[in-house]
Amino acid sequence: MVQQILFLILAGGASAYAWTQFMAIRKTILLGQDEVITGDTSARWRNVLLIAFGQKKMFKRWIPAVFHLFIYVAFLFTQVELIEIFIDGVFGVHRFFASLLGGFYTLIINTIEILSVLAFVATFIFLARRNLLKVPRLVKSELNGWPKLDANLILIFEVILLVAIFSMNGADVVLQGRDPLHYHDTGFLAVSSWLGPALFGGLSDGALVLVERAGWWLHLGMVLLFLNYLPKSKHLHILLAFPNTFFARQRPRGEMENMPAIMNEVKSMMGLAEDTGAADEELPEFGANDITTLSWIDVLGAYTCTECGRCSSVCPANATGKQLSPRKIMMDIRDRADEVYTKIQSGKPEYAVDAEKPLDKTNFNDGKSLFDYITREELHACTTCNACVEACPVLINPLEPILKMRRYEILTESAGPGSWLPMFNSIENSGAAWSMTIDREEWTKA
Amino acid sequence: MKIKTMAAYAAEGKEPEILFWVGCAGSFDDRAQKVTRAFAEILTAAEMEFAILGNEEQCTGDPARRAGNEFIFQMVALQNIETLNMYQVKKIVTACPHCFNTIKNEYPALGGTYEVVHHTQLLQQLIDEGRIKLKEGGTFQGKRITYHDSCYLGRINGVYEAPRAVLASLDSQLVELKRSKQNGLCCGAGGAQMWKEDEPGDKRINIERSEEALATGASVIAVNCPFCLTMMSDGVKAKEKQDEVMVLDLSELIVQNLA
Repeated sequence: MVQQILFLILAGGASAYAWTQFMAIRKTILLGQDEVITGDTSARWRNVLLIAFGQKKMFKRWIPAVFHLFIYVAFLFTQVELIEIFIDGVFGVHRFFASLLGGFYTLIINTIEILSVLAFVATFIFLARRNLLKVPRLVKSELNGWPKLDANLILIFEVILLVAIFSMNGADVVLQGRDPLHYHDTGFLAVSSWLGPALFGGLSDGALVLVERAGWWLHLGMVLLFLNYLPKSKHLHILLAFPNTFFARQRPRGEMENMPAIMNEVKSMMGLAEDTGAADEELPEFGANDITTLSWIDVLGAYTCTECGRCSSVCPANATGKQLSPRKIMMDIRDRADEVYTKIQSGKPEYAVDAEKPLDKTNFNDGKSLFDYITREELHACTTCNACVEACPVLINPLEPILKMRRYEILTESAGPGSWLPMFNSIENSGAAWSMTIDREEWTKA
Repeated sequence: MKIKTMAAYAAEGKEPEILFWVGCAGSFDDRAQKVTRAFAEILTAAEMEFAILGNEEQCTGDPARRAGNEFIFQMVALQNIETLNMYQVKKIVTACPHCFNTIKNEYPALGGTYEVVHHTQLLQQLIDEGRIKLKEGGTFQGKRITYHDSCYLGRINGVYEAPRAVLASLDSQLVELKRSKQNGLCCGAGGAQMWKEDEPGDKRINIERSEEALATGASVIAVNCPFCLTMMSDGVKAKEKQDEVMVLDLSELIVQNLA
């Protein structure tokens, strides 16, 4: 009874706190502008199924893909055990599914055990890749500090969770032989049926119960901790990969988002469209300089990013030592989004444009922008080659915000690299990308 | 070369089979002009009725748009669409993947919808249909040729096989680059980089890519884009290999092998 009450308090409290955090993430993502969702919905579901659920793009790199798959599938199957933990916790029963499912239960637990061993191996390999082998994309400078710790913490959590599972199952197997009435027969378990007796065979009944309970509570505790850690961590990708692949833009990769406001303005200048009078109004800001001028899909991408760095490892600018790193672009957007949300939540009038009105995304100015996170040098280094877009296993598009920030720089600030000016002038004045003295038919004359 | 313009066809009340969109590089750059002439020669050999816009053609606006200058892009794009629609153009071929991408993927939203093919796709078609005949045992037979996928034809528009099929028709030996097709490495010119210096770094991107191409031991680096042509030629020159290794557009390879 004490355990049931404790369970309800702990699980209820942790879930409620996690819920508020997830809602905050949702609000942060929606600080971005609305974007019309176009295209084929069945293609979107196909992406969710193949790319998020099926991990298709992970397999562009076999080694990490296989180990990642171990952890992922183990995680999926462990949910069955987690459901049982919740039922046992609420009703004060023990291994609720064991008597109910019989041989099928043995199969499920065995699957979880084998996958857990594979996940255990994978976790150590991942720790080694980050800390011993120092795989280049996993040790780049943008990961210094919290991102590096974050990555290692998740892997350590994983190890603790797996230790908890095997303590719980191992002690249980031994207890089944001593008190079959309370400890239902789970059948032969691939790992625990020999690991349990080997580790805990000599323990007294009391000590065994303690180990089993400790494993159970630790398992639960890690799950609840993990749930609350997720919103603060790159590990959020395990959830957001699904919406992100669903909402990934469907337009051709080579098509930059059209800007109808400018198109219509130019059309009316050229006498191609009826002057709607729109040109007389003050022109809005173009492009993006902050979270509120990006699309919410860009911000969703930033929260989906797990900082794997596949984008940066294929970026031609990054590979040749330039400042640009597509991963850093996404990390910067996330950091800035966190900052904007926190400041808006603070309600401090100093962040308001109009102090009389309540602080919200339309009434917010903290004197900073994304340009305080992302330098112009980074933006100018992009060749728009789309290698980062192709590389992302969860369909994040780092190119989109780069191009939106270039638009802001050129259209709103009239800034940008000086060497582009002759190109702009030449296109505007003579319709050619270079200022030329020969005509376009010159080549026919040779 | 006698090349007819759309205006000339219109004056005769005729329509050509296809419009050849030459692009700025193909019109003005010395090296790219050779590609333009080679391709025009192939079209002529194939007895294809084609026209150019000549001085009515303008930059598609690609570099301005990617630099962030939407105003300039819209100005030239809308003017081009006006011209194309006036001549009721239906099918366009271009030897520049940037022009190809912009006309194919970006002009429809502005009111210009055409069937657009890249010259490597048309070359493949002409070879397949027997409209152009190639020499038996031509200049490149048995030679090691490597092929550099341009970003805008390859990864961005998914055209990987047509250029390879064209190369296969030369009976040469295709050596793939380490990073090819979806994983191809940019030459460094896209996104308006062609018009500015590289940002500070350890190395220029075209050097990185040229080193990779030279490592294949191929005597020809085949390209499909005028910007890649410049970047790879510069890279090969920087490595002082210009006497041993040629950087050539696919149409230059084919024109040398016409029967």
